[in-house]
Amino acid sequence: MAKTLPKTDAVIVGVGWAGGIIAAELGKQGLNVVGLERGKERGVKDYYVVHDELRYGIRYELMQDLSRETITFRNHAKERSLPMRQLGSFLLGEGLGGSGVHWNGHTFRFLPYDFEIKSQTVKKYGAAKIKGLQVQDWGITYDELEPYFYEFEKAAGISGEEGELGPKRANPFPNPPMKETPITARFKEAAKSLGMKPYHMPSGNMSQAYENQYGAKLAQCQYCAFCERFGCEYGAKADPTVAVIPFAKETGNVDIRNFANVTEIIHDGKKATGVRYVDVQTKEEFIQPAEMVILTSYVMNNTRLLLTSKLGRPYNPDTGTGVIGKNYCYQILPGSAGFFDEEQFNTFMGAGALGATVDDYNGDNFDHSDLDFIHGGSISINQSGYRPIQYNMVPTDTPKWGSKFKENSIKYFTRALSIGTQGASMPVQHNFMDLDPSYKDAYGLPLLRLTYDFTEQDKNLYNYIGKITDKIMKEMGPSKINDRQQLEHYDIVPYQTTHNTGGVIMGAEPETSAVNNYLQMWDAENVFVIGASAFAHNGGYNPTGTVGALAYRAAEGIIKYSKEGGLLA
Amino acid sequence: MSEHEQKQESTMSRRRFIRNSGLVAGGLVGGGILGGLIGANMKKDEEVSDTGGHGNGHDQVAYQQSPLYFTNPETFGILQAAVERIYPKDENGPGANDLDVPFFIDHQLAGSWGNNTREYMQGPFFPGSNFQGYQSPLKRHEVFDVGLAALQTYSRDKYNKPFAELEGEQQDEILTAFEEDKVKLRGVTSRTFFNILRAATIEGVYADPAYAGNKNMEGWKMKDFPGHQMSYINQIESEKFVEIKPNSLHSYTK
Repeated sequence: MAKTLPKTDAVIVGVGWAGGIIAAELGKQGLNVVGLERGKERGVKDYYVVHDELRYGIRYELMQDLSRETITFRNHAKERSLPMRQLGSFLLGEGLGGSGVHWNGHTFRFLPYDFEIKSQTVKKYGAAKIKGLQVQDWGITYDELEPYFYEFEKAAGISGEEGELGPKRANPFPNPPMKETPITARFKEAAKSLGMKPYHMPSGNMSQAYENQYGAKLAQCQYCAFCERFGCEYGAKADPTVAVIPFAKETGNVDIRNFANVTEIIHDGKKATGVRYVDVQTKEEFIQPAEMVILTSYVMNNTRLLLTSKLGRPYNPDTGTGVIGKNYCYQILPGSAGFFDEEQFNTFMGAGALGATVDDYNGDNFDHSDLDFIHGGSISINQSGYRPIQYNMVPTDTPKWGSKFKENSIKYFTRALSIGTQGASMPVQHNFMDLDPSYKDAYGLPLLRLTYDFTEQDKNLYNYIGKITDKIMKEMGPSKINDRQQLEHYDIVPYQTTHNTGGVIMGAEPETSAVNNYLQMWDAENVFVIGASAFAHNGGYNPTGTVGALAYRAAEGIIKYSKEGGLLA
Repeated sequence: MSEHEQKQESTMSRRRFIRNSGLVAGGLVGGGILGGLIGANMKKDEEVSDTGGHGNGHDQVAYQQSPLYFTNPETFGILQAAVERIYPKDENGPGANDLDVPFFIDHQLAGSWGNNTREYMQGPFFPGSNFQGYQSPLKRHEVFDVGLAALQTYSRDKYNKPFAELEGEQQDEILTAFEEDKVKLRGVTSRTFFNILRAATIEGVYADPAYAGNKNMEGWKMKDFPGHQMSYINQIESEKFVEIKPNSLHSYTK
């Protein structure tokens, strides 16, 4: 028997960046908040022995325990979907702070083009340009979102400088850019000599000691090179457990419960009345009644909870109608690896978001009239620090094991550099999420099923941008450059990126979107669904900056709703 | 390394295994003399402690050079021979055996990773496409049991000799057949077994020495990787390559 707890104003499902921001903002306004987090509590003090590549970088100590819950995957609807039994392609977070604990901190704002992609593309190139793509406008413009971006950047202490071709800013970054290194300088010189406009990557690692609007003190980044997949023992990374959650707790209005795994949104078909959750340690079941239910549990669980709770209209891939599970996107990652026989670089030093970027081939910053794809991507060099198990970059003709592999993997550990792209990913009707008919989680609920493959648009973007990254790399002067692998079918095994998006997308019309531009559900006005799940497509940058902006936008909406009620847009 | 040395090393390694696994060796002989054998083995360990190298000084025993998963010296010998082909000793430095990679793998198989405790292992099981990832119902330690036994069977069938006693090129040929999925195994593909073996070998070369491999941080030294360092803030802008003496996790507590 589930125990029913006293009612609260708002219950938050998942306490990472989005959940932490909502908790802080609602708590500040005097609203009572219960934050339910399925994983354990953790903070800076828990990273005493964090410089352990095997434990954190390879065995994924901070990531989701898949024995309890995973997704199933297939490339297309005629295939049998099978469980993602091990982490690989993307690394799902778990625990207080979510993936905000172990991210690198690349913090961009999506381009104005992203938010109006359909109308701008059709206007400039005609309707035929988006044929076969399920792109749509986001129901908000960049200018409307600008102040919310800044609010997030202040919370996260972003260190950066404005790029010439990036979105226009009303205020400078809260912190100056990270240090220039021989590697970032080399990339910039090469890009400049090709006529591009490089700038320092905006970073969630602090370039100097910083205090944010919540009074959180963040230390200066030490460039120790254990960042992505690791927690920061200095508190020098923008991490929700440092930047926003302590403030939320200090308001006295926020009660965060760990090991609380939400299994159901309880509702009457029009409004939610609360959530059901299981204590993952004691297995006790609770019902938490609430005036408002706020989902901040990442793309996968935001979508799955709505589907298992039968809230909202499930997406139908045969007709393209319905909304929950719609427009799943990923990211396209063309890049170039260069090998420098005569030079040695300090590749083992770095910081998660230490890097340099060009926007010349992102969004609609270049003419697509004669191209067979839309959008593009930001191209960067990133000096996050090589680690010896994960980084074994070798020229293409090197065998995978044996003496030659050993020789080359040793030699090039400090003599190989790579340029990467965050390439935009466009939605199509047949890439989507629904519930798996056979596989269940530890609580007997169906797993989320992902049906996804790369499209012609993706391949064309990949091939075109790949030639650009080759050009920059060549200009950097390596002894050789690796041939790029062809982009064929999406593979769930090799790590690519944890930039999954869509499933509960935002928009201006209830027919084609699940939430409005306050991230409020069209079909249940007291439910807000926040995260990259709201992205109508995935842009050409790392998504967290845009997730943060949407979280602040939603926080404003939730506070407004708590006073006035009704649909906000 | 000459073929002779190769053979000698693999024989030596097997002897060391037996030496270091007193309980197993004792068990094979019989319970009656078990106590005496353990005593004898402890003495031998102390005698060879100079070469252990994991301790702070020369007077410490490399206690972690003991099997926690494998119970059969022959199986351990197959593992030793295989990892040495994947990461051989050569002019670039020590190979997998000198770095204690077999002990690293053994310890990993005895723990959470070997038992897939944080992975989804519920059925039903189907082979899956090339893009759907690991779909075997076997746990990793079972994959090693099956895979190592199959290396031995394949070797005996083809060369009439145990895998560990083959020439290096013959061992490579067999490993390649496994890598190319040409060998039928029970419950798992030979390619999956090979890929896990290869990945675990590289992990054992470069993981922190706390995990029993990467002996004396020699794996890191080959790559100019300085292990765990608290800060590079004063070196990150350096135009020159900076050589830094490596540090392990042990430095947190020493």
